[in-house]
Amino acid sequence: MAWFKRSTAGVTTTTEEKKEVPDGLWFKCPSCKKSQMTKDLKLNKYVCVHCNYHARIGSVEYFELLFDENQFTELDADMTAADPLKFTDTKPYDARLKATIAKTGLKDAIRTAYGNVEGEEVVVACMDFDFIGGSMGSVVGEKIARAIDTARARKSPMLIISKSGGARMMEAAYSLMQMAKTSAKLALLAEEKVPYVSLMTDPTTGGVTASFAMLGDFNIAEPNALIGFAGPRVIKETIKKDLPKGFQSAEMVLESGFLDFIVDRRELKAKLAQLFRLLKN
Amino acid sequence: MSIFAGQSKLMIFLDFEKPIQELYQELEKLQEIQEKGKSDVSASIAALEKQILEEKTKLYTGLTGWQKVQVSRHMERPYTLYYVNQMCSDFMELYGDRNIRDDKAIVGGFASLEGRTVMFIGHQKGINTKMRQYRNFGMANPEGYRKALRLMKMAEKFNKPIVTFIDTPGAYPGIEGEERGQAEAIARNIRDMFMLKVPVICIIVGEGASGGAIGIGVGDRVFMLANTWYSVISPESCSSILWRSWDYKETAAEALKLTADHMLANGLIDGIIEEPIGGAHAEPEAMAAILKAKLISTLDELEKQTPDARITSRIDKFCRMGVINE
Repeated sequence: MAWFKRSTAGVTTTTEEKKEVPDGLWFKCPSCKKSQMTKDLKLNKYVCVHCNYHARIGSVEYFELLFDENQFTELDADMTAADPLKFTDTKPYDARLKATIAKTGLKDAIRTAYGNVEGEEVVVACMDFDFIGGSMGSVVGEKIARAIDTARARKSPMLIISKSGGARMMEAAYSLMQMAKTSAKLALLAEEKVPYVSLMTDPTTGGVTASFAMLGDFNIAEPNALIGFAGPRVIKETIKKDLPKGFQSAEMVLESGFLDFIVDRRELKAKLAQLFRLLKN
Repeated sequence: MSIFAGQSKLMIFLDFEKPIQELYQELEKLQEIQEKGKSDVSASIAALEKQILEEKTKLYTGLTGWQKVQVSRHMERPYTLYYVNQMCSDFMELYGDRNIRDDKAIVGGFASLEGRTVMFIGHQKGINTKMRQYRNFGMANPEGYRKALRLMKMAEKFNKPIVTFIDTPGAYPGIEGEERGQAEAIARNIRDMFMLKVPVICIIVGEGASGGAIGIGVGDRVFMLANTWYSVISPESCSSILWRSWDYKETAAEALKLTADHMLANGLIDGIIEEPIGGAHAEPEAMAAILKAKLISTLDELEKQTPDARITSRIDKFCRMGVINE
């Protein structure tokens, strides 16, 4: 006879409890399925202590990982999305925005800031996948554009950490034009000879990849990150064939010649500092 | 010979064009009677022709978003090569990206537009089943975008203006395209087009789907033909992603505000080029003539600016796009 009896049928775990990096005590790695203390995971820079899986993290964690003593000046912290098209799918966009802001505590899918990385100033724009799949609408485009302006004015290197499903459909053509806006600003940054590093993390797809993410002087990625133009499902449906193993992984994208290097998150800060030092001296 | 000599059996009608289709069939019957010469029905023919024109005008002035999407994909719509050959003399097509291969979904080359040499680049769809496959339905791979950029830089080198024609259901989502850097090719085109020292005019002549469109779509002037669409995603894919069903394409087409009027009202394009009544495919020659006049006047205008001024205003224009709260 069993010791415990299931009182209600089915899975009762709520979505919040399923979060990849919970505030709870334990973290179960989605890759190797082994558990570990959340504090151990955090000490290991959110990389699984058993299998080196890079857990999905957001701007709060990346800023903490990168900026010295977690000191930084945030830019345009209060910018939020408008709903210029009064877009409604299964839910009005406006309501979706309010709910997402309340749920995530974020204002949109990106945060931008400048601060020191090993003593040298860097402007960092970091996407948040939790906010509508890290989708790029007017706010993401505008914040990146202004962060690049800041990098140009301060002559500080620019780092963009991408994590996005692509353009935000609810802003339709406005989203599309953010690809142009961010690329235009990067062209201006290049004229100033200010270095730009694009870090692609899991996942980086669609209009984000097809604009600023692929335009780095240095295109780098985290291990095993999914990087592509079209998503794997769309490609599979188009060609009606299974995709090769490891297709669109950072490792494969590097082999194809589109990445400068892959960096383990635990070495990210040191590597970036090394790179900027080499360029400076 | 009547201007409606195009026979209804050979014409391709869209679902919403049913009322006109019936009138055309009636007209054909009358024309047969007239030809046999047994009785004179010329008065009825004239009246019917007038009615067709009125019906067509009525139908085409109130098209919905989805209907415009259908017109933009009409199988008889003119494509890049038609326009270039119709408007210009001395077209010399140039092939290849100097790297992998020649992409048949994007064509380009120099041609003479009333004595002025222009670099034309555009998506090309096929005019029959075999050619549609050959052209990959206007879906380019990275080498297509790289060929386009090669030709643009060549135009810049020889100080010739650039005109692009956009008509694509999207950049091709395939394994090889991904491996050869579809995203990188599009991103590079967008960035480098901003810095071109020569005038650049981009015209949506059919479908303007997302990255595949904007990959040759950064210009001093971006125009849309009246019955085309331009957005971040096709209405079908939008329906499948946001509604998780293919059945909401009409709703999605409205919600995306993808038509030329909406795009102009939202400040995302610079102008609309009117199409002949019944769409560009109804009178392709007239369409080419309208287009030609617009290109010449716009080039005259743009050539008055210095290269630096053009680049600055090109960048400023795109940087103003977007709506935020702060």
